[in-house]
Amino acid sequence: MVSTYHYLFLAAALFTIGVIGVLTRRNIMVILMSIELMMNAVNINLIAFSDHLQHQTGQIFAIFVITVAAAEAAVGLGIVIAMFKNKETMNINEIDLMKW
Amino acid sequence: MLQLILFYIFGAIAIISAILVITQKNIVHSAVFLAATLLSVAGVFLTLHAEFLAGVQVIVYVGGILVLFVFVIMLISMERSVHERQFSRHWMIALIASLALIGEFGYGIYKGKDSFLLPPAEAAPSPETVLGNAEAVGTALYTTYLLPFEIASILLLVAIVGAVVLAKRRTVGE
Repeated sequence: MVSTYHYLFLAAALFTIGVIGVLTRRNIMVILMSIELMMNAVNINLIAFSDHLQHQTGQIFAIFVITVAAAEAAVGLGIVIAMFKNKETMNINEIDLMKW
Repeated sequence: MLQLILFYIFGAIAIISAILVITQKNIVHSAVFLAATLLSVAGVFLTLHAEFLAGVQVIVYVGGILVLFVFVIMLISMERSVHERQFSRHWMIALIASLALIGEFGYGIYKGKDSFLLPPAEAAPSPETVLGNAEAVGTALYTTYLLPFEIASILLLVAIVGAVVLAKRRTVGE
């Protein structure tokens, strides 16, 4: 029988992979993908507890997380396109216009 | 038993392709492996009896967000980005931060493991068993959580306007 424990470990592993992706990669597209991975890990946690407690509130919150992920992807990719038009690069080390 | 087998299959695919997402040099390959991860997470949702969320995951993530990603990858030229430096120079700091995070997760789950041994919910039938997953979620969404639902729609509207403003061509006058 699968316990909630199993799902928590899966979610923790996915979240950690996402964090490692954000910290180590320099390509802005891969960083956005890693953020999606982390949001998915959060969704697994929410739905695992929704199943554990036999209450559907966790699933509602997962829907809101998916909504925020969609909004974040739309705005983030808009920023990527605008940035690529200006600087012709996807490397976040070269985007230092606002760096003090 | 079937649930256990499905959980291990989907979980293994999710983790392996997630690792491949962050290690591939070519971002198109990353996007393909991200699709594999998202689909297997939808499978994990199915093992948790969240059929509606599994459908939403496939439609919104794989059908919407991922297509948007691939679309943007096609819009920008890839020849240069493949030759650019892909990994950060500060990998040592990243390693330490990740190890700290793993330790924190392990400690937290270990300390809280007793709370997962609770007997699963009382005998009273939950709304899901009476109504089915999609109906239960829909009912809660349109009654208890109506205000957050409306706020989420406003958030999406703001995101659409923001994306259009960011991506539109600058006119000469500006």
